[in-house]
Amino acid sequence: MSELKKEDLLKAYRTMREIRDFEERLHKEFATGKIPGFVHLYAGEEAVATGVCMHLNDEDRVASTHRGHGHCIAKGVDILGMMAEIYGKKTGSCGGKGGSMHIADLDKGMLGANGIVGAGGPLACGAALAAKFKGKGGVAVVFFGDGASNQGTILESMNLANIWNLPVIFLAENNGYAESTGVKYNVPTPNIADRAAGFNMPGVTVNGNDFFAVYEAAGEAIKRAREGGGPTLLECKTNRFYGHFEGDAMTYKAPGEVKQQREECDSLKIFAAKATASGLVTAAELEAIDKEVAALIDEAVEKAVAAPNPTEADLLTDVYVSY
Amino acid sequence: MSRKISYKDAINEALSQEMERDGSVIVLGLDVSGGSGSEGQKSDAWGGVLGVTKGLSLKYPDRIIDTPISESSYLGAAVGAAACGMRPVVELMFIDFLGVCFDQMMNQAAKFRYMFGGKAVTPVTMRTMYGGGFRAAAQHSQVLYNVPTHIPGLKVVVPSTPYDAKGLLIQSIRDNDPVVFMEHKALYAMKGEVPEESYTIPFGQANVVREGKDVTIVAIGRMVHTAGQAAASLAKAGKECEIIDPRTISPIDWDTILKSVEKTGRLVVVDEANPRCSMACDISAKVAQDAFKALKAPIRMVTAPHTPPPFSGALEDLFIPSAAKIEAAVKATM
Repeated sequence: MSELKKEDLLKAYRTMREIRDFEERLHKEFATGKIPGFVHLYAGEEAVATGVCMHLNDEDRVASTHRGHGHCIAKGVDILGMMAEIYGKKTGSCGGKGGSMHIADLDKGMLGANGIVGAGGPLACGAALAAKFKGKGGVAVVFFGDGASNQGTILESMNLANIWNLPVIFLAENNGYAESTGVKYNVPTPNIADRAAGFNMPGVTVNGNDFFAVYEAAGEAIKRAREGGGPTLLECKTNRFYGHFEGDAMTYKAPGEVKQQREECDSLKIFAAKATASGLVTAAELEAIDKEVAALIDEAVEKAVAAPNPTEADLLTDVYVSY
Repeated sequence: MSRKISYKDAINEALSQEMERDGSVIVLGLDVSGGSGSEGQKSDAWGGVLGVTKGLSLKYPDRIIDTPISESSYLGAAVGAAACGMRPVVELMFIDFLGVCFDQMMNQAAKFRYMFGGKAVTPVTMRTMYGGGFRAAAQHSQVLYNVPTHIPGLKVVVPSTPYDAKGLLIQSIRDNDPVVFMEHKALYAMKGEVPEESYTIPFGQANVVREGKDVTIVAIGRMVHTAGQAAASLAKAGKECEIIDPRTISPIDWDTILKSVEKTGRLVVVDEANPRCSMACDISAKVAQDAFKALKAPIRMVTAPHTPPPFSGALEDLFIPSAAKIEAAVKATM
């Protein structure tokens, strides 16, 4: 925690709170039937996106997943635009043409949530290759889940990243479930990070519910990448508090599993306890953030609901730059 | 314009001139240099499996990048690099290998601009080899250009001559959308007039290869030449064929095709691909819909049969549309 200043801690907490409240609110709003399509919530995993993206600037690129809201928020994508996008509105980040699974903001270095599991690996390698040509120390991070860890694209990308010595971080978010299938069934090694050995790159596993553990490990990997030291596989073991998608009854989870995780592994609670114990921030300061974030999320939903739908003219635009 | 070079050299020259002009142009692919990491010649050992990129790694050693046999990762890396400011030309050795990396073309490159609300620019050129005639059998001879054509967000270019190959490849590299650039393996050795200077050919402008009043033949890629043989033979019998080479099939120049059919009243479409859901069907449907009243006879399609490409030369020669089959189709419209 030594290098983190008070403003860093408040920023990290705000980001984690924004993600949590965004997702908790979506869970409620989805149940009302007003939100179209498929929605995959990141609640429970906040420390991962936040701990990694705290090290990144707008020139650094992130390739995300179908469970991408947290990555977007942590990378600085506008929350009002995100909410409007999820509601399918014209004012959304993508004009209502992408939705929850495709939120992107290239100016912020967010290469997009992605509906194809594992597809971000090659894209992040390309972003890292571009950064390497640019020569200004930029990096790329690909977030992927325990499910995606078995996709050929991820494995091929780890190979490519190492042989080309690319500044890319393979960030495995191991929440224990590939949709409904447990990681113990899907992955033969104790840790996903064990696979790094097969690609001759550093592999590290940390508690993904602990912001400080993620921050430290990600910082080391990102620093190495910026300095030309090549890729790292960083595995963050975490939990998701909701189903694979909204509407998933989570029949595959043990009774009380999520309740226990919320009590014992809640990344926000762990953060608040450690941050206040450090003496750098107070509980009152965190509560003030809670209130500001709650108001922001209220505003996001109100504006999203009130925003206009895209129109027929929007259907045919932006397929090509020119055609 | 008297200099004649091969289709292969025209592609090489286009790459070289664009790499010279623009430092963000990189070339990625299997063996595009060849020899990387080897004990012998480490640079330009192959210059592409058929030598199309020969010599480029000597001129641009950092920008001609050998890849592992890992199409998903390197094709996707080209797409990602394109979205981050580079202008990659990525080589998928054979279009048949699309099966192992299609997601990065179909769901990533093609979709970014639309699904991100018009904010993404992905100027990637995906060069690939297609077509029959090499006795290369079912997994190295397919045509498949109709597959990317079906997908909004991709442009598809099918040059039939060295001149078109150079001008269209330069246009592809400069274009700000993802382009699939289809090279027929049996055309690489073909020579034709090609200016030394750099030039572009706009997409969506068909070439009227031969003018005629009796029948319109739309032919794609290598089939333009096969149709030319048929037309020459038919001309001796007094039948004047108008041959149209669309040159790009996404976008496609409907106006030139429709105008020709309105003049001739007859259409034969020649497509080396399998017949179902093909360019032959696509062009026939468009003409049937928009120029029905001009038609004096049913449209005829000359395509490969609905089989995989066979190995034996005795079979492959039957599989690929021939000049004789085109002649017969033309006669059937008379």
